[in-house]
Amino acid sequence: MDFALSDEQRMIADTAQAFFAEQATSARTRAAMADAGIDRALWTAFCQELGFAGVFVPEERGGVGLGMIEFACVAEAAGSQVAALPLLGGAMTIAALVESDTAYGDERLAALISGEAIAAAAADETITISGDGRLSGDAILVAHGAIADSLLLLCRGEAWLVPADAPGVRVTRRTTMDQTRPLAEVGFDNAQAVPLGAQAARAAMATGLLCLAAEALGGAQAARDRTVDFALERKQFGRPIGSFQAYKHRLADRTVEIEQARSAVYWAACAIDSGSAEAEIALPAAKSFCADAFFRTAADMIQLHGGIGFTWEHDAHLFFKRARSIQTLLGTGDFHREAIATRILDRAA
Amino acid sequence: MKLGFSPEEEAFRAECADWLNGQMQGAFADIRGLTGLTEKPERRRDWERQLAAHRWSCIGWPERWGGRDASIVQQVIFAEEYARAGAPNRLNHVGVELAGPTILAFGSDEQKARYLPGIASGDAIWCQGFSEPGAGSDLAAVQMRAELRDDQWVMNGQKIWTSLAQFSDWIFVIARTEPGSVGRNGLSFLMVPIDQPGVSIRPIEQINGEAEFNETFFDDAVCDASDILGAPGDGWRVAMALLSFERGVSTLAQQMQFRNELDAVIAAARANGASRDPILRQRIARAEIGLRLMRYGALRMLSNADRSAIDGAALTYKIQWATWRRDLGELAMDVLGQAGEVSDAEGYHFPMLANLFLYSRADTIYGGTNQIQRNIIAERGLGLPREPRGAA
Repeated sequence: MDFALSDEQRMIADTAQAFFAEQATSARTRAAMADAGIDRALWTAFCQELGFAGVFVPEERGGVGLGMIEFACVAEAAGSQVAALPLLGGAMTIAALVESDTAYGDERLAALISGEAIAAAAADETITISGDGRLSGDAILVAHGAIADSLLLLCRGEAWLVPADAPGVRVTRRTTMDQTRPLAEVGFDNAQAVPLGAQAARAAMATGLLCLAAEALGGAQAARDRTVDFALERKQFGRPIGSFQAYKHRLADRTVEIEQARSAVYWAACAIDSGSAEAEIALPAAKSFCADAFFRTAADMIQLHGGIGFTWEHDAHLFFKRARSIQTLLGTGDFHREAIATRILDRAA
Repeated sequence: MKLGFSPEEEAFRAECADWLNGQMQGAFADIRGLTGLTEKPERRRDWERQLAAHRWSCIGWPERWGGRDASIVQQVIFAEEYARAGAPNRLNHVGVELAGPTILAFGSDEQKARYLPGIASGDAIWCQGFSEPGAGSDLAAVQMRAELRDDQWVMNGQKIWTSLAQFSDWIFVIARTEPGSVGRNGLSFLMVPIDQPGVSIRPIEQINGEAEFNETFFDDAVCDASDILGAPGDGWRVAMALLSFERGVSTLAQQMQFRNELDAVIAAARANGASRDPILRQRIARAEIGLRLMRYGALRMLSNADRSAIDGAALTYKIQWATWRRDLGELAMDVLGQAGEVSDAEGYHFPMLANLFLYSRADTIYGGTNQIQRNIIAERGLGLPREPRGAA
C-alpha cells in the first residue's frame, strides 16, 4: 500500500504540466476558441513529441504501456490549462479500440495515437440500432464532433464506431458555451457502424469519466491558484484582499474540496488499473465530486476577482464554462450519485 | 502508487484480526462495540492492560518501550482490524497517540523510563490539559501559572474541556512559567499526577446528556521539577509538536466508526422507506462518497508521512471529517423523522444516531474549530496573509 505517486509517475505529471503551461497559453487557446475549438499544433505535439495520446495503451499495441494513473496525471495537466484538445473523445475511443483485438482496431488505434485521426465520443440511450449495426436517431450533442474523423457511440452497454463521413451521418456544428470543447449535433439515418462490444463500452466509459474527473481536478486547482495570486496582489482598504477572512475562508473551503477531488481521481485511477470492483463506485464518485468542486472553484474565481473576473479578457470564464460542460458530459452529478445510491440502498438485504 | 497490500501485510492483518476477534468474542465481549467514551471505564482499563500483555497497546512505539516498531502500513492495518473487530475506543488514546510520541521525541532517557512503561502497560491513563476558559481557539492566551519551589513545580489555574480526566492518572498541561510573559513565550510543558489534593475535577454535562469533558482545577498542585518536557519556556514548541501527532493512524480506526454510523443511517433508511426519497438518496450517496474520499485522503496523508512539504491532505483532514460527521448527524435525523427525537431511555440518553446528531456539534469545535481550520488552510496552505493579532 502506497498512495503517493512514484518517482516515474511524478516525472510524467511534471512533464505534462510543463508542456501545457508552456504551450497551451491563453492566446493559443483563444485562437482555437475563435476557430474550431482545437489547437492542432498542440495536439500534434501532444501525440507525437510526448506520445501521451497512447500513454495507457500496451506497448504491443503501439502505446507507452503505462496505466490510468499516468493518464490521470496527463488529463489533470491538460485541464489545468483548459487546453483546447480532443482529449476526451480520443482517450475514450482509444480505450475502446484497445479492447477490440482486430486488424480493424490496430489500424485505427495507430492513427489516433499518432494524432493523424481525431475521434469524438458520446453516450446516448435514444439511438436505435438494427441487427446489422445500422444506427438511426435524432441529433445528439457530441464534444468535438465537428472535427472528428470517427464517432464512438456508447449505447445500452455496447460500443459502436462510425466514420464521420459515412452515409447517413449528419454533423452540424453548434455555437457552444465552452468553446474549448465545442459540441456538434450528430444525427444518424441508417448509418453503418462497427460493433466494438460491451467490454469496449465499459473501458471507454471508465476512461471518459476518469478523464473528466482529472481535467476537473486540474482546472479547479489552477482556478484556485490563480485566485490566490490575485488575492495577494490586489489591495483594497489598504490591505491585500486575501487578508480578509471572508475571502480566505472561501478559498479554504475550495481547497478542502480540491484535496478530496485529488483523492477521488487517484483512487478511481488505481481502481481501474487494479481491475477492482471498487471502480463502479469510484468512477461515479470521482466524476460527480470533481465536476462540482471545479464548478464551485471556477464560480468563486469570478466572484473573488470582482469586475475583472466578469470580462471576456480574463481567463476566469474559460474555467467556468469548462466546469459547466464537465458537469454535464457523460452524466450529471445527480445521475452518478443516484447510481451510487442504487448500489448501496437497493441491493438485497 | 498502489492500493493493494502485500502478502506479508495480509498475513499481519490476519494475525491482528485473529487476536482481536478472539478477545472481542471471548473475555471482552461485554465491551465489544461500545461507542460512548464514558461507559464501563474499569473494563476499558482491563482492556488496556490486556492489549499491553500481548504487546498490542502501542505497536508504533520502539520495541524497547513495549511497542513493535510497526511500520505505518502495519499501524493502518491494526487500526482497521481493531475497529472491524468492534473493540472499544481506547481509554488511553491520549497516552498512546499523543503523550507517548511526544515523550519519545523530546524526553530524556530518565523521562522515557519514568512515563512510557505506564502508558505501554495500560496502568497510566493520560489526558490533555491545554484549553482554558480564556484560551480556546487562542491557545497561546494560557494563564495557568507554575513556579519552581524546592524542586517542585507549583501550579495554580484552571483547564477546561479535559476529555476523560475523571478516568486519568496523568495530565499534561502548558502553563506560564515566566511571570509577566505573554503569548507563546514563557510557557512550559508539564506532566502532572492527577491523584493529589491540589487537583480537582468537575465533569461538564454536554448537550447530549453525557459528561466526557471536565473542568480541571489546580490549587497549589505539584509535580517534580523534572516533570517538564523540553526546557522551561519551550512549552509552545512541544505542544505544537504534540498536536501534529494527532492526525496519525488512529484516523483510520475513527473512519471505521464512521462507516458503522453511515451503515446505521443506510439501514434506518431502508427500514422506514426513506431510502425511496430521491433527495435523501442523493444525500446518502454524497455521504458515501465523502467517507470513501476521507479514507483515500488519509491514505495519501500517511503515504506522505515522511516528506517535509506542506501536505494538503493533512491540512484539510480535520475540517473534512468533522464537517462530514456533522452533516451525517443531520442526515440521520432527516432519515429518522420525528421518531428520532424520542428515546426509550429513562434518563436523557439517546440511541446512536440521535446521539450522533447531538455529539457531532462538538466535532466542528474541538481540536481547532472549522473557522480556525480555514484560517490555517488559507495561511499555511495557500500563503495568504496572517490574521492581525490584537494586543494581549
